[in-house]
Amino acid sequence: MLPRHRDPSVSVDSLFVSYHGKDALRDVSFTLLPGSMTGIIGPNGAGKSTLMKSLLELIPRDHGEVRIFGGSVKETRTRIAYVPQRSEIDMTFPITVIDTVLLGTYPKLGLLKRPRRQHKELAYHCLEKVGMEDFGSRQIGELSGGQQQRVFLARALAQEAELFCLDEPFVGVDAASEETIVAILKELRDQNCTVLVVHHDLSKAEVYFDGLVLLNGELVKAGPAREVCRPDILSQAYAAQLTFLEKNGVGV
Amino acid sequence: MEFLSGILEYGFLQKALLTSVMVGMISGIIGCFIILRGMALMGDAISHAVLPGVALSYMLGVNFFFGAVVTGVLTALGIGYVSQNSRIKNDSAIGIVFTSFFAVGIILITFAKSSTDLYHILFGNVLAVRASDMWITLIIGIVIVAVVYLFYKELLVSSFDPVMSAAYGLPGRLIHYLLMTLLTLVTVASLQTVGIILVVAMLITPASTAYLLTNRLWVMIYLAAGFGALSAVVGLYFSVKYNLASGAAIVLASAVWFILALAFSPKQGVLWRHFRSRRKKAALKGL
Repeated sequence: MLPRHRDPSVSVDSLFVSYHGKDALRDVSFTLLPGSMTGIIGPNGAGKSTLMKSLLELIPRDHGEVRIFGGSVKETRTRIAYVPQRSEIDMTFPITVIDTVLLGTYPKLGLLKRPRRQHKELAYHCLEKVGMEDFGSRQIGELSGGQQQRVFLARALAQEAELFCLDEPFVGVDAASEETIVAILKELRDQNCTVLVVHHDLSKAEVYFDGLVLLNGELVKAGPAREVCRPDILSQAYAAQLTFLEKNGVGV
Repeated sequence: MEFLSGILEYGFLQKALLTSVMVGMISGIIGCFIILRGMALMGDAISHAVLPGVALSYMLGVNFFFGAVVTGVLTALGIGYVSQNSRIKNDSAIGIVFTSFFAVGIILITFAKSSTDLYHILFGNVLAVRASDMWITLIIGIVIVAVVYLFYKELLVSSFDPVMSAAYGLPGRLIHYLLMTLLTLVTVASLQTVGIILVVAMLITPASTAYLLTNRLWVMIYLAAGFGALSAVVGLYFSVKYNLASGAAIVLASAVWFILALAFSPKQGVLWRHFRSRRKKAALKGL
């Protein structure tokens, strides 16, 4: 069992990110606790994926500090599982479903070591967990969007991580798969893992997540989902869209 | 039969055959990663850009291997620099950098006053392979097989899902330049057999043929090496028998396998696809 301490698993302190000098994120700070499931929400171009990528040091930051499990990302990489947006992955790649899941065991294997039987069993077990064990020998591109996303979740499970970061996992995903994925993420949370999800669908935000990080270039509010999902606060982030709606006679 | 007895009889044919089979195999292996990473154009660029290196080595009297590696890697770095630090798109960056290197190479070669060698470097002359070339090819082949074997896992995951592999700490850029270096080595090894202009065919065609036939990377690598070797044997056979340019004959042989795979591959083949969709339409006609 993991120790049930309440030190933050992720702490972000005044993070600034820019692309070639153009601001993408300004002064974002928040903390996440172990055993929590948090959504990053905000309008298009609010910097949701940028925030997640800069947390994982996939893009450079201009200023600010990120601590994960009290250490730098470099020290804690093997305790983090990341599921990129599906559009960033080449689905015509010659790889089968089971081998895709097996990739999740690579980070802990290290250089020059090959996956052995125990790793293959772990991969199969993770595939069972997402209900995709019958598809193991299919090529990854032969699956539907929802099935693919379940497979990538299985890969993240095979990483046996403590922090799970998912970038837009519900885009192009059928309702049944979405339900399966949410259930598994909640289970991870209950096992004291930290789950962080970039999410764009406001309607489900309060149901899915304990905490929310609302972005619009800068941090609008981070806190319990109930406190963030209030019209007066959401309107601060979605101001541009709201003026459009009001102009067209749609009441909010 | 003449070909077989010729091989047994003539040393130059043995060297030609061994070298071109090795080149076919290693370019097939590296080609798999090149096409899966969408870098086919990069293969073309590096192969052309070794020319100034070859010319310089020739003028300095050193083995062309060294000069080729230096300019090959410089090109990869130059292309990376231009496309990352300007709004120039990657394919344009490739075009600008490699043609400049190639042009420098052509001028240097004319200074070296060796037009026959230029012809051979550009188009290959497998029958003139020397023993030292064969050994260089063998060493390059061993290096490439060893690197791909040892780092297969890292090459697989960083080609398939570069973002995830970077997230767990794989150095994506280092892997990219490692592959570019291997690509340069393959190009150098291929200079004698198919020549600079056609190296890209040996990188892309056997690997693409294999890609149409399997859903597993390791099978694809074996198949690509196999198609590369087979192309070398068949190409050399026709080259000797009908006195054809060896590089062109080898490349054409590899194109034949590709066309066959394109038509008849069980899953990807256009022929079966056509029949499948026709059967489907016929079945639905009754509705």
